[in-house]
Amino acid sequence: MKSKTLKVDYLARVEGEGGLLVKISGKKVTDVKFNIFEPPRFFEAFLRGRLYSEAPDITARICGICPVAYQMSSVHAMEHAFGVTVDGQLRALRRLLYCGEWIESHALHVFMLHAPDFLGYADAIQMAKDHGPVVQMALKLKKVGNDIVTLVGGREIHPINVRVGGFYKLPTKKELETLVERLKWAVDASIQTVKFTAKLPFPEFERPYEYVALRHEQEYPFNEGRLVSNKGLNIGIHEYENHFMEEHVSHSNALHSILKERGAYFVGPLARYNLNFDKLTPAAQDAAKSAGIGKGTNNPFKSIIVRAVEMLYACEEALRIIKEYKIPEKAVVDIEPKLGTGYGCTEAPRGILYHRYRLDERGIILDAKIVPPTSQNQKTIEQDLREYIPSRMNLSQEKLTWQCEQAIRNYDPCISCATHFLKIEIAHE
Amino acid sequence: MIEKPSEGSKNLIENNLRKTLFVGVGNEYRSDDGVGLVVARKIHEKLIPSVTVKEESGEGAALMEAWQGFQNVIIVDAVSSGAMPGTIFRIDANKETVPIKFFHYSTHAFGVAEAVELARVINTLPSRLLVYGIEGAVCTAGVKISSIVKEAANQVIEQIMREIETANQ
Repeated sequence: MKSKTLKVDYLARVEGEGGLLVKISGKKVTDVKFNIFEPPRFFEAFLRGRLYSEAPDITARICGICPVAYQMSSVHAMEHAFGVTVDGQLRALRRLLYCGEWIESHALHVFMLHAPDFLGYADAIQMAKDHGPVVQMALKLKKVGNDIVTLVGGREIHPINVRVGGFYKLPTKKELETLVERLKWAVDASIQTVKFTAKLPFPEFERPYEYVALRHEQEYPFNEGRLVSNKGLNIGIHEYENHFMEEHVSHSNALHSILKERGAYFVGPLARYNLNFDKLTPAAQDAAKSAGIGKGTNNPFKSIIVRAVEMLYACEEALRIIKEYKIPEKAVVDIEPKLGTGYGCTEAPRGILYHRYRLDERGIILDAKIVPPTSQNQKTIEQDLREYIPSRMNLSQEKLTWQCEQAIRNYDPCISCATHFLKIEIAHE
Repeated sequence: MIEKPSEGSKNLIENNLRKTLFVGVGNEYRSDDGVGLVVARKIHEKLIPSVTVKEESGEGAALMEAWQGFQNVIIVDAVSSGAMPGTIFRIDANKETVPIKFFHYSTHAFGVAEAVELARVINTLPSRLLVYGIEGAVCTAGVKISSIVKEAANQVIEQIMREIETANQ
């Protein structure tokens, strides 16, 4: 029986360091291992003994692409522990900061990391030779995101202006208004991006996934909501660990996360979209419908369209927030540490990011748990490959490896996060 | 209609064209990966009027944005090429390709090398761009720079000061 191994020692265009090993025997996939070999970063242990107020800045260091997500999940967890609610314009500013991170992250992934797969280029540099204006637009879009994060967060990477209870320094209305013209351009550029992604060639591939995302009564989710799924999950954030668990697998330094009752699940833009289509702006809904994904899709490759739709949403939401912004009297609400446990879960660009902290009466962290989106998607990524490969056995090793990488990038895996880096190996036995 | 730049922004652009931009790249919480930032801070302390110093994480798009409007740009970052720790690489990006694998230690999927090569393709490369790489010894979590990398950093600073002098002549 003919057997082969597909091996990618180092997966490019993913955030961090990891690899993939696929073993094929005859027409059967016998093994799929999505390897994460960046050493575990022990951030959770790092946090023990630190003061609650340090968590946003320490955890932001886990990832250079989604530091805002780490800051947001940590501040919400701390505020939950202390019984504090941050609302009004401070809450709106947090959403604005998140809009910036989504725009940055989605622009990078759609154009620089994933589009080259669909168009047959080895990377964005090769793609830029034929698609210069598209790449220029991508860079400009990403810059709009950077500009928001810089203005609200204090700097574009690892923002320094976020604190438990609010912010250190508030932007003025005039400062925020400097973003308006750029954001209006970004709305149009995002619509162009949706059209660009809709024309990409998509493999026929669907699975009956369980999507998990936040759902909020009034808005497309960033910071708050209940955790829901298309298979009946509907829980408060504090109930997360009753329903989800992490398991160690020997081939990965990142823990695999599963739903206790049903196993693998799917987080990220596609999950958010499928569960929250009704909360998108009319323009985002129209753009999505024109792109052919309607109110939802089960083809993970179409996540690239969804990212473009979410980018459009984030630009429009940012404009709305700026329009309604009135500088609050206080940059921060009063915080009084107390003994307890706090839970926070927000929508990072790649999906839900869960934080839990146990604190003593002075607000010292006794223990911490952080579950990033990539570790939640690992099992689903492996299952996708098991189903995706068999009907494509006739492809050359090179082509099959390419398509496997493309399938992994549907999830925009951030391995830096999951280990708190990717290489593919396909073995025919 | 082409918008005319204001007097202020015109001055800024003209100033920047004359200036050298120094960019230190790295993560100070990942040991030797922070060496670019160490070099940036030491150059900043020298308060050279013709030099603008910036610190960057190595995220490519931000880097491409940082060097906009500057004709002379010098970047220093830690590298992981497999060479002896402390080895100094000097890459004249206007004449040679920046090896992508060198700057792999960045956790960014779109880092220094990609930014330089993409800028070359879309014609936004500064007219003079030098990339210094210092081979790191340890890039795990921590804030200490290895002594051999520190020594290399001092040598790079001396060399950069000479480059700046030459650029000012």
